[in-house]
Amino acid sequence: MIFVTTGTQEPFDRFLKIIDAIVPYLHEEIIVQAFRDIYNPKNFSLREFISPGEFVSIMERSRLVVSHAGMGTILSALRMDKPIVVFPRVAAMGEHRNEHQIESANKMYDMGYVYLASDENALKSYMLKKDIQPLKKIDNKASDSLINSLVDFIG
Amino acid sequence: MTEKQKIMAVASVGGHFVQLLTITKALEKHYEIIYCSTHDNCRDLVGEREYYLMEDFNRKTPWKLMAGFIKQVRMIKEKRPVAVISTGAAPGLAALMAARVCGVKTIWIDSIANVQRLSASGRIARMFVSRIYTQWPALADGKVIYAGNVLNQ
Repeated sequence: MIFVTTGTQEPFDRFLKIIDAIVPYLHEEIIVQAFRDIYNPKNFSLREFISPGEFVSIMERSRLVVSHAGMGTILSALRMDKPIVVFPRVAAMGEHRNEHQIESANKMYDMGYVYLASDENALKSYMLKKDIQPLKKIDNKASDSLINSLVDFIG
Repeated sequence: MTEKQKIMAVASVGGHFVQLLTITKALEKHYEIIYCSTHDNCRDLVGEREYYLMEDFNRKTPWKLMAGFIKQVRMIKEKRPVAVISTGAAPGLAALMAARVCGVKTIWIDSIANVQRLSASGRIARMFVSRIYTQWPALADGKVIYAGNVLNQ
């Protein structure tokens, strides 16, 4: 199963159209969470809201996570040791308030944490790859050095 | 055993709150943590800890900052935390302003999403907080500290 999620805060119709075009090739269950805007998907039903508990259980069941470059989703997928493909929102196309998704997606890709796609072909080849592997697993706690620095400062 | 000191931890729903928990879960053995966020869903993520809902706002709704600020001042006076910590965004900034006015330690941890420069809220926080962290070594300077991040393997 593939879990696609783009957050609840802003539309991302360009991405939903691409997912809709890929779904007929998948032959696999897909769950798509996104903000509902103008585009009406033909090949999947869109879920606007998923509770945190269900979010975790869907992610646990999935073999692949596909998402916008939101750090909450990226961190959740890496903790569960799931492969994640990020498709960043582009502010120049009105999809976000600034280009930080492109910047953080590129950085996370360069550091080997995520797969990166910015067009339909790249995304399709990742989604059709049945043996796509998780990249790096992270802990659910921040660096000890950061925690120790905070404790020293707070007293 | 002496009672643990309280700290207040504030962040918007979503990635900001996920990052906050990644940091504060490790602090729970040292402090009693009071959580605040902008959606009731976050209540499910803090377990038995105290949780308070706050109204969300952003740069398009700046008038709400004042209401958020006043509410936070009241909460800080009532709960008496020794520090307020936030990973963003605008509601966390308002909470740190309130903490500053109340004479409580203020800690901003800029989101890991900000790779090339501090967030807009982080740049404002930089001007008044007692401690500010970035999660990327390249963004550290004399004032902004890098001590690690939420990508702990």
